[in-house]
Order: sequence, then C-alpha cells, then structure tokens
Amino acid sequence: MVEPGPPLARPASPAELFKVFTLLALQGFGGVLAVAQRELVERQRWLTQAQFVEMLSVGQVLPGPNVMNLSLMLGDRFFGWRGAFAALAGMTLVPLVVVIALAALYTQFAAVPMVAGALRGMGAVSAGLIIATALKLMGSLKTNAMGRWLCGGFTLLTVVGITVLHVPLVWIVLGLGSIAVTAAWWRLSR
Amino acid sequence: MNWLLTPLAWANGLSAQDLLGLFGHFLLLSMLAIGGAITTTPDMHRYIVKEQGWITDAQFTASVAIAQAAPGPNLLFVAVLGWNVAGPLGVLVTMLGIMLPSTTLALHATRWGEARRDALGVRAFTTGMAPLTLGLLLSTGWVLSEPSRHSVGATLLVALTVLVMWRTRLSPLWMVGLGAIVGMLGFA
Repeated sequence: MVEPGPPLARPASPAELFKVFTLLALQGFGGVLAVAQRELVERQRWLTQAQFVEMLSVGQVLPGPNVMNLSLMLGDRFFGWRGAFAALAGMTLVPLVVVIALAALYTQFAAVPMVAGALRGMGAVSAGLIIATALKLMGSLKTNAMGRWLCGGFTLLTVVGITVLHVPLVWIVLGLGSIAVTAAWWRLSR
Repeated sequence: MNWLLTPLAWANGLSAQDLLGLFGHFLLLSMLAIGGAITTTPDMHRYIVKEQGWITDAQFTASVAIAQAAPGPNLLFVAVLGWNVAGPLGVLVTMLGIMLPSTTLALHATRWGEARRDALGVRAFTTGMAPLTLGLLLSTGWVLSEPSRHSVGATLLVALTVLVMWRTRLSPLWMVGLGAIVGMLGFA
C-alpha cells in the first residue's frame, strides 16, 4: 500500500521510544489516542495513517487497552521486546507518578467550583479530540479494498449500534466484525 | 502461615494474603479486558467495593474520574484504585496484574500476525476491521461528549475542538488549556 509523501522515519533507539512515548502520554488529557495519532503519524512519521488504523484494529480485539497494545506493537516492530518494553514503560511510568500525585491533591480541591468547572471544560475538549482523530483517520479508508461505500456502511452501523442501540462491544466486534472480515475476504480474493 | 495475615506498612494495612487476592483478580480481569480495561470496571467495583469493602462507592467513582482528567492513558485509573486500596504496594500489584497477561498475549499475537501479514486471512482481518475501528472511535467521542451536550458552552467547545483539530496541526494542549479556562470561568 503506497501512500504519498516523504518516506517513513524510524526511532534511533529504545531510549528514544521511551522519551517520545513519555512526552506523548503527558500530553494526553482524557486519553492518549488523539495525541498518539498526531505524534506517531504526523510528527515523528513512524507510521502511515493506514498502518496506525491497522495496529489500532488489532489492538482493539486483543485484551488490554488498544493504545497500550499499539505502543507495544510499535516498539516490538522496531526493537523487539526491548522496544515493546521501552514504549510501554514510557506510556506508564511518569504519567503514573503524576496521576497518583493528582489523586492525592484531588481530595482537597474536589469541592472548589473552579476546579470542577475546569475539569468539565477539559472533558469537553477531550471528547472533541477523539472525534477529530476519527475524522482525520477516515482518509485511510480511501485505500481500503472494500471500497468507500462498504467501509462507510460498516462505520455507520458501528456508530448506530454503539450510540443508539447500545449493543455490547463484544457483539459489535464478533458479529459485525465477522461480517466485515468476510466481506473483505471476498473482495480481496476476487 | 500467620505472616500472610500480618498487616503490611506499605499497603494501608492490607495483609500479604489480601494483596495476593487483589493481584490474582486483576490478572484474571486483564484477559477479559477486550475493548480496554475500562470495560472491566463493573467487576472491579464488585470485588473491591462490594465484596471486600476496601474503599467506598464515592472513592471508586472519584478514582476513575481523576484518571480520566489527568494526562496519560486511561488505564492509569487502575493505579489510582490500587493506591486508594493499598498504597504503593497496591499500585504495584494492580498495575502488574492488569498489564502482564494482556501484554504477553498481545506481543505473541502481533508477532504471529506480522509473520503472516500477506496471508489472505490476516489481510481480510485488518481490511475488514478498519471501518469498525473508526466507528468505535467516533462512538467513544460521542459517548464522552454526552455530559457536555447539556450545556451550550461545552457543546461549542466540543465543536470548536473538532474543527480546529481536524483542519489544523495545532497542538491539542492549546485546546485543553482553552477548555480549562472556559470551564473555570463557568461557561462549560
């Protein structure tokens, strides 16, 4: 799958992976996915949009948070298990200290209206960040072998299933997922 | 085996036996956490709050809320729970428990897939799942914006963030800062 633009870069060492993932995690308020897409695809250029979606899809069906699985896969691709470990450690170590410190502070400031207001505002932004990331990644479906109508249909069914019909995630992944994979199989084998 | 029941200083007074139980429970949940650790919160709640009574309902909810607002992966709510249940040792036990099984499995599964990436089955899987993945991402954004849709200010904030992030390469931190300020002034 060839995409336009300059060729992809790669990290120099596991230490660089650790650094990039630490900085990335510390920018991720309300989830890291939006920042991960921006840093790994747009800034570092370690992955194409299509590769990012591919890793996310695999990360989705495995147990564990998809963004953690994605870090692990990316690290493993470049430096084997050392890379996987460096990326995961970057994702967790420093942010863990920050979140524990905040948890200790929170009990004292939870009742302050300005703190509660700031948290609400940040919550609204983090929701917007995720929607924007999804819209940006839609571009990667242009090269999908199923074609844009079939892809658009599956995306729409997923959104309606989760947000309107409240279907449990496992049924979306197993049920709709099987249909989508079968459709892709049929298209690819023609 | 009495030493197992002695309260530990670094574990908010929980015993080694309690910590082993906590570790075992999180090892199990790790394998069930398809779609992210957040999907296992109902069972964590059942075990930690209802069955063991280590923390209260309000502490449990606050733990999840803090991790959502703080920088870093949402998974860190597990660390906050561990901290509130059993201090530093609690963090160690819950985080190792929730991460070890799923990461080991993910590493093996992705190497297996990578070695067969040109096989029809693997290509059909990644091709077929891509639109679902993006649909799930859109749904997550929609569900997370639910509390914001009750206020005009917060709704505008969501819309502005989508527009700016979709169309420009501005760092998300600017929008997070704007969100905090707008919220502090009482508009969100």
